[in-house]
Amino acid sequence: MSDVLSLSLAEALEGLKNKDFSARELAETHVKAAEAINPALNCFTVIDGDRAIEMASASDARIAKGEAGLLEGAPLAIKDLYAVQGVNTEACSNILKGFKPEYESTVTQKLWDQGAVFLGKTNMDEFAMGSSNETSAHGPVINPWRKTGSDENLVPGGSSGGAASALAAGVSYGSTGTDTGGSIRQPAAFTGLVGVKPTYGRCSRWGIVAFASSLDHPGPFAKTVKDSAILTQAMSGYDPKDSTSYPGEVPNWIEAVGQSVKGLRIGVPKEYSVDGMPEDIAKLWAQGVDWLKAAGCEIVDVSLPMTKYALPAYYIIAPAEASSNLARYDGMRYGVRVEGEDLADTYEKTRAAGFGAEVQRRVLMGTYVLSAGYYDAYYVRALKVRRKILEDFNNAFTQVDALLTPTTPSAAFGIGAKANASPLEMYLNDIFTVTANIAGVPAMSVPAGLDKDGLPLGLQIITKALDEATMFKVGAALEDAAGFTAKPQAWWA
Amino acid sequence: MTATDTGYIIHGMKGDWEVVMGLEVHAQVQSQAKLFSGAATAFGADPNTQVSLVDAAMPGMLPVINKECVAQAVRTGLGLNAQINPHSRFDRKNYFYPDLPQGYQISQFSDPIVGEGEIECEREDGSRFVVGIERLHLEQDAGKSIHDLDPNATYVDLNRSGVALMEIVSKPHIRTPDEASAYVAKLRAILRYLGTCGGDMEKGQLRADVNVSVCPVGGYAKFRETGDFKHLGTRCEIKNVNSLRFIRQAIEYEANRQVEIIEEGGKIDQETRLFDAGTGVTRSMRSKEDAHDYRYFPDPDLLPLILEEDFIAAIKASLPELPDEKRKRFVEELGLTDYDASVLVSDKDRADYFEAVLEGRDAKLAANWVNNELFGRLNKEGLSITQSPINPQQLGKIVELISKEVISGKIAKDLFEIVWEEGGDPEAIVEDRGMKQVTDTGAIEAVVDQLIADNPDQAAKVKDKPKTMGWFVGQVMKAMQGKANPQAVNDILTKKLLD
Repeated sequence: MSDVLSLSLAEALEGLKNKDFSARELAETHVKAAEAINPALNCFTVIDGDRAIEMASASDARIAKGEAGLLEGAPLAIKDLYAVQGVNTEACSNILKGFKPEYESTVTQKLWDQGAVFLGKTNMDEFAMGSSNETSAHGPVINPWRKTGSDENLVPGGSSGGAASALAAGVSYGSTGTDTGGSIRQPAAFTGLVGVKPTYGRCSRWGIVAFASSLDHPGPFAKTVKDSAILTQAMSGYDPKDSTSYPGEVPNWIEAVGQSVKGLRIGVPKEYSVDGMPEDIAKLWAQGVDWLKAAGCEIVDVSLPMTKYALPAYYIIAPAEASSNLARYDGMRYGVRVEGEDLADTYEKTRAAGFGAEVQRRVLMGTYVLSAGYYDAYYVRALKVRRKILEDFNNAFTQVDALLTPTTPSAAFGIGAKANASPLEMYLNDIFTVTANIAGVPAMSVPAGLDKDGLPLGLQIITKALDEATMFKVGAALEDAAGFTAKPQAWWA
Repeated sequence: MTATDTGYIIHGMKGDWEVVMGLEVHAQVQSQAKLFSGAATAFGADPNTQVSLVDAAMPGMLPVINKECVAQAVRTGLGLNAQINPHSRFDRKNYFYPDLPQGYQISQFSDPIVGEGEIECEREDGSRFVVGIERLHLEQDAGKSIHDLDPNATYVDLNRSGVALMEIVSKPHIRTPDEASAYVAKLRAILRYLGTCGGDMEKGQLRADVNVSVCPVGGYAKFRETGDFKHLGTRCEIKNVNSLRFIRQAIEYEANRQVEIIEEGGKIDQETRLFDAGTGVTRSMRSKEDAHDYRYFPDPDLLPLILEEDFIAAIKASLPELPDEKRKRFVEELGLTDYDASVLVSDKDRADYFEAVLEGRDAKLAANWVNNELFGRLNKEGLSITQSPINPQQLGKIVELISKEVISGKIAKDLFEIVWEEGGDPEAIVEDRGMKQVTDTGAIEAVVDQLIADNPDQAAKVKDKPKTMGWFVGQVMKAMQGKANPQAVNDILTKKLLD
């Protein structure tokens, strides 16, 4: 049965429909595989075999009755940020240790409603703060990819590193992630996967532990662009419980995959050509432009002049919101409490023990930028930059239908490689992805090639708000042209 | 009115001081559900039984605005003759406390839903004054910390957490303790007429923070002329004063305290103070230096609040008659005195009661019976109008029986007493107990004739001293158990004794 692990989601759904195998068989195989890889990759925080088999059996019953949903019988891995009823939901933080919600996040509920099978919770940077999945209370996640001929462990990227690693290792048919500054697209690029961040408001944030509310985007990891469209389709839709949820209909994106891109205008923003960009990435980007040109797209040079201010603005807005969003973790109602001499002491001890260094750093930064006397200089100015970045995109999208950029400024790096660097160096990982979060526009990363060391690289497609259809179309064209089929060597087996 | 006209001057050792106040009133919005969650808002429920996942700030929970609370704020704004802001937004006010589960309160800081307005209030002597409204904004209430259940622990009840409050901020237009309580009373009346707040201060539905400052006489007039706050003294804020009486006491204490400090060469520190109802003094709670930095910023979980014109117009069209309009109508259409009308409209329950008594009956008589007989009795028994043993239909019938001359005013008082004590239909009681007024001139004449026959000397006196006829009136009434129509008795006696 282990060959089913190499199937794409679409292929597996087809196989289930044709009764080539049962959902239960798929679940059993995946649970076993997940348990086998986890000691090496540390990508799961919870593997719930009992629930997977129970849900898969129910799927088999529905398939038999001809009542299959869009994802019927497909085992999926869920980022630990999503509340799954009765399952530890800790945002990979000590402060939420043992927290089992009595509620189900809207997005996971949508997945189960479509027949998906819950495989487990995936490891992530604590509260989604990180770009290498090294800040988790459960320890770092290991990337299944290694440099050719090397046994050095690499990071899978972050913050949704476990979701990426598990899928890249072939133990699920899709994973949910969240993307606040690149936390889906960057790990997708580092692990040779497709990662999608739809328009802000497409996927409800209800039941997902908040990092930075105005920037948090739920979205999927997938093996193929088509799989990513199926998953995004299932995850999206208006939710009255989230005031920022988009109330419009969800178009059929699955149909968009494979449609012609002829005549589409593709913008190449000059500001993404940064100093020190590895040659492999510059080459791949140019290659991507050629592929799309060959597919009939018109290539247009565009300018997004505010790009260089995106990262500084992001590192004001995101920590500011986080400092407030994380105030509820005070040890009073759930999670960990460390008793102190008085109330203030209890708060301080609890939060000192519960939050890791990166989370503490961001809470401090956020508190600082919102403080009296600094608010205008930092927060208000960052919001102005945010409006300007949105204007940049609006201007660009009067000239082009989509933008093509590299996803990351580098391939995956070694575990601990940036441990002694300044936090700023780690933050630079998000330099190409963060603008789409600031503007709320849809963006995806598509695996497009390998670098000289044999590590995967991704290209990013950005479209205007609510135009995911064009994004999936271009993504599929790129996927076709790239013909990316490389898989990591199963060194962990 | 000039500064000194209010008559409230503190005569210090070194000079005369006037007092200036502005109030921040927190009014609990009357609504089924909380401001951002579906949890119920009923008073007195068991602790932590009206708490949603949002109110308890569980991870991943998000606020969704309750449209009814928004409508109530707009309704209140219109009732305060205030500007309704079609564009407002919610901010987070960040601070840590166990009864604030989110670690922030969702409030409106820079863009409130309601802007400037004004209301007219009445002093105890019946004179009127206008208080400007600075703004009204919506915000969440916090939970309740309970410190006295356990010597070593504090318990938290989150039932109130997330309940919608309207913070109504007045301009510093209040000049005396009496005016401060009159302002709150008027505000309360308007809210209750609108049905936007229950206004029960004991249940915490209405709470006031009072800002008090003192300045040398004349400073206030200069402030009103120029709008420059430098003419006013440094203010202290007295938090959470929860009765009209305490508001007056707290202000008196606080104003005198400030005068004393200034006259002794000291300086008033801007600070937050607490009023201790037991001792009648205010105590410092925290100084400006200790003030929280609330780090307000727009709540990213909520969109800006945009009010459509139609939404506001529909609320405007459905506004009930408010106290001032009602008073005007009572005076102009019902012919009541300004005083009677003011007393009747001062409280919605009283006005409602009166209008139910009225039902096309004699307005002056009805007002007199409600304001004097009924309230006299209620006050004596310490009852509120809603606890009255006599309902408006019963009192209405009594009024009607008087105006139709079925019973005399004197008998009516007996009847009122019977209905108060025993209940029942006044009309039936009058019938059953033979309380009807006798207007039958034949019956009265018979009694009069008999009296004159029995007291010839007395009768003769009346011609010289007409005032002595009163004796006969009394005797006739006595003989007829008070039921004789007094006018008829007078007419007959006059005819028989004086003609």
